[in-house]
Amino acid sequence: MHFDLTDEQKALREMLAQFFHERLGGARAIEAVRETALDRGLAAEIGGLELSGIMVPAALGGSGLDLLSLAVVAETTGRYCVPAPIVASALAAWLVASWGTAAQRDRWLAGLMSGEIAAAFALQEAAGWLPESWTLQGDRIDGSKRNVEWAGDAGLLVVGLGGGTLALVDAAAEEVSVAPVDSLDRSRPMGEVTFRHAVADPLPLAATAPLIDAMLVLYAADAIGAASAIQALAVDYARERRQFGQLIGAFQALQHQLADMSVEIEPARPLVWYAAHAWDSGRADARRTAALVKAHAGDIAVAVARGAIEAHGGIGYTWEYPAHLFLKRTMHDRAAMGGVSFHRERAAALAGW
Amino acid sequence: MDLRYTEEQIAYRDGVAAFLDKAWDISHARDAGFVDLFRRAATAAGYLYRGVPRRYGGGEQPADVVRAQIIRDAFAAARAPMEVPGNGVALLIPTLLEWGTEAQREAFIPKTVLGEYRWAQGYSEPGSGSDLASLSSRAELAGDEWRINGHKIWTTLAQHATHMFALLRTEPDAPKHDGISYILLDMKQPGVTVRPIRQINGDSEFCEVFLDGARAPASWLVGPRGRGWQVSRSTLRHERNHIGSAARTTPMFDRLVALARRRHRNGRPMIEDPAIRQALATIEGYLQAQLWAGYYQQTLAATGESAGTLGLVNKLTTTNLFHRIAALAAEIIDDDALKAPAQGRDRGGDERWVSQMLGSLGQAISGGTSNIQRNIIAQRGLGLPRPAAGE
Repeated sequence: MHFDLTDEQKALREMLAQFFHERLGGARAIEAVRETALDRGLAAEIGGLELSGIMVPAALGGSGLDLLSLAVVAETTGRYCVPAPIVASALAAWLVASWGTAAQRDRWLAGLMSGEIAAAFALQEAAGWLPESWTLQGDRIDGSKRNVEWAGDAGLLVVGLGGGTLALVDAAAEEVSVAPVDSLDRSRPMGEVTFRHAVADPLPLAATAPLIDAMLVLYAADAIGAASAIQALAVDYARERRQFGQLIGAFQALQHQLADMSVEIEPARPLVWYAAHAWDSGRADARRTAALVKAHAGDIAVAVARGAIEAHGGIGYTWEYPAHLFLKRTMHDRAAMGGVSFHRERAAALAGW
Repeated sequence: MDLRYTEEQIAYRDGVAAFLDKAWDISHARDAGFVDLFRRAATAAGYLYRGVPRRYGGGEQPADVVRAQIIRDAFAAARAPMEVPGNGVALLIPTLLEWGTEAQREAFIPKTVLGEYRWAQGYSEPGSGSDLASLSSRAELAGDEWRINGHKIWTTLAQHATHMFALLRTEPDAPKHDGISYILLDMKQPGVTVRPIRQINGDSEFCEVFLDGARAPASWLVGPRGRGWQVSRSTLRHERNHIGSAARTTPMFDRLVALARRRHRNGRPMIEDPAIRQALATIEGYLQAQLWAGYYQQTLAATGESAGTLGLVNKLTTTNLFHRIAALAAEIIDDDALKAPAQGRDRGGDERWVSQMLGSLGQAISGGTSNIQRNIIAQRGLGLPRPAAGE
């Protein structure tokens, strides 16, 4: 019985924290999201970390690690508000490696793993996020998908089809067009993707459920990372800002607000780890835990982020100070793939309530 | 991450189960003599009082949080009793093991282990609650005994206690933390008067204790004179029983779900009501977080690592869950929430959840109020400065 990250996962977390702190720490976070297009320089540096192959089996050139390891990555991308599609590309590489045909692997895997090709998930339609709402049909698809993160920079689109299947679509095909969406979270620009008789190369049906569950866990991990980061900003500020002749961090009202954030965040992190581990080990409660943690983490992360901005006073409400990036990151994590009450109802139904 | 037990641990678990199968019989659970013999056998087998040496009547086992968890799970599954509940086992014995003289350990630990001595904790006073170190009850050394005068309050189950471990001011001129001593005294003597306090739920678990010329042998001072504050900080060093555990909240939540299935509104089970389903799933998010945070902290304890800020939030996590569960239950039981709960062990019908609602306030206040917990998290966990002292 050992409930903790492995030394390898801890080392990964340390390495990524240092890497992103140097590039995106403090006010640099604001600079990093000034443009909504992917920073190719940053993307190339991230590509050098070989994160996309994290869940690709070693036999196919990947790291052969698990979802828990990718959740560690996702928490860090949330913590530094990383404006790059790291998690999506890693998931797509896993999907192609584990579920794709030999031809699909030959076509996509090397590019995904080197970071040359970014992936985006085109799932949501007007009726909803999850497979039962998907309607696009056939080997050539017509229609559109909403709120696709990094759609404008993706080379590979993973598209949800009617009946709950997935298909790979070449984003560069002329039958595919992307209209930018004015996204709240500037670190994850979105697009609306329209397909006009585009070639859709199907994956087996069985890939869909694990993909959805993994995405829910990873949004939860990202949310916990972002919430931890904005709480840390508020704590740091409370230790340097003076009013009424003393540090504001000495005022009990503020101490209690900041302490209550720890009460929310700290136990939620092991829950995210468990949700990832349950997925990795195929436990019976994996699907339900993914729903529960998506709702829980999204809910508390936004509440923490709100409180942290309030704790800052006026500076927290300005565009130039980075706090709002984390608030918006948590709001995106909360809403993407279905909101809090949506997943709580799923968790209730999955419990047989 | 590996949630499986090792082969050695599985063998240990099987051993505990075999022991329980042989030694425990639920149909005798109310037979005090049987329970006493069972506890002795379980202690001899090394399942109870694991941190207490054999020569003081303990089970004397090396610290091992996984084994401790295996024992707790197996005993809970068999509904078998563990250590004698109360402050004596939880607080006094570890304190004596760390600070007591050999004579004190021999005199007090074996009888506490057997439940013969039951201990009251004489800490809080009317003027000294959260600011405990301001306490003013006095002990003065007169010849070979302490003469004790003062007033203790919120003393849990003092009406049933045979002894008290008390914090008393022995050096009135010293700074407040430095003038306190940790002294044991006999509750059954003329100078000690116990008055139970009726609580908002009708029960009387707390008491006031008036000390008017009470006496204690000089040799019942534990640790150095004037160091009582440090002495009282001793906590269980071995296998702290409930490191952020969900052991109490999980069964309570299960009962809440059962309640929502059983109670109806407009002819439908409450559990089909969307608002109730949302509220249950909200609580379960917190509950699962507590559960896995508990397993994480056990692993950290086993490897000797600090849990950092996470280790400081456990009491609030439990308090918040008790409150959330009780508040939703009050909604589900509808007009039964208008009734006063039955007192004592007989909790009557669904209005027992009203007692849970009131009791959740006790959890918020006793053992360091929620606001004191927040101070600790802010100052020790987040590194925020101590507020300037008033007056």
